[in-house]
Amino acid sequence: MSLNLLGQITVLFGKLSLLAVGGANSTVPEIARITVGEKHWLSASQFSQFYAIANAAPGPNVLIVTVIGAHVAGVLGGLVAIAAMVLPAGIAAAIIALMFDKHREARWRRVAQASLLPITAGLVLAAACVLVRQADTGWLTAALTLVTALLTWRTGAHPLWLLGAGALAGLLFL
Amino acid sequence: MTAQPPPARPNLTHGQLFAGFFQAGIMGFGGVLPIIRRLLVDDRRWLTQVEFNELFSLCQSLPGANVVNLSFAFGAREAGVTGAASAVLGLLSAPVAIVLGLVWLYGKYGALPPVRHALLGLAATAAGLALGSGLRIATPILKLPRNIALAAAVYGLAFGLHLSLPLIVLLTLPVSLLLAWRAVP
Repeated sequence: MSLNLLGQITVLFGKLSLLAVGGANSTVPEIARITVGEKHWLSASQFSQFYAIANAAPGPNVLIVTVIGAHVAGVLGGLVAIAAMVLPAGIAAAIIALMFDKHREARWRRVAQASLLPITAGLVLAAACVLVRQADTGWLTAALTLVTALLTWRTGAHPLWLLGAGALAGLLFL
Repeated sequence: MTAQPPPARPNLTHGQLFAGFFQAGIMGFGGVLPIIRRLLVDDRRWLTQVEFNELFSLCQSLPGANVVNLSFAFGAREAGVTGAASAVLGLLSAPVAIVLGLVWLYGKYGALPPVRHALLGLAATAAGLALGSGLRIATPILKLPRNIALAAAVYGLAFGLHLSLPLIVLLTLPVSLLLAWRAVP
């Protein structure tokens, strides 16, 4: 592991921090594009597995960056990745929340929110398609994805049960 | 502008912030938001439901992981810079440690056939989770024609053309801002 690698991790996630429109999942297509496609730090299959690991662990789903950072550059890489990803956006959020106490019903906020919604929608659907393409290599994985998507969309079934069932199905049938 | 009544309780200490968010982080399987809402509003009564909604909707309209932003903002309001640090470290320390452990296990045992098979099933399920929650997020947004057009453009640029995220935001945000500016009262 080199300092150069830690620098690359910092720049990558630091840049994405302020572009995570509507949440961390919006950056999944971009993270995959760079870490899999450009830098070849991991394979497409590994990316979808890392996303799954981050989902199966407790905590916010932004943890995907720690999984990738740790895979690429060890514990330090994982810590650098999460710090780079949360600090710029978090500091901005804290400052704006402190100022916002003074003008809570400002029109600019409603405009900003309304303008970000469609971009978020496009990005989270693109993120889902990136993951589906990486993870679904046969009819069984495709079926797992489809059933999980329907249950999540329509019923809001708890993710942990679904993930457990998916891992078990993989263990038994793949 | 109406003056807000002063908060009834004294500001939280660093220890309280760390402990509260630590609990939310470690219990937050499959999404921290419902846990953090229950903890802040129902259990510890640090915020009313209205205050929580206000703070969360602000954090949602800003870039970044929503619950992490909420921890920064809430911690900063309570105890300044070090308060923000206490809340965020509380939220993330246990999950980060657990994930680092999982990556270590992955490196050690990930190639074993049974583990590999379970991981492939897990990955397919997680992709389904992303698709399902993406649809949950997108369907209410996609009721307006302008949102459908913009979301389709963003989707095409990201998934079809593999453009970089800065470029996608640069291309679509001005249009989206203009449309929202004209539509939002």
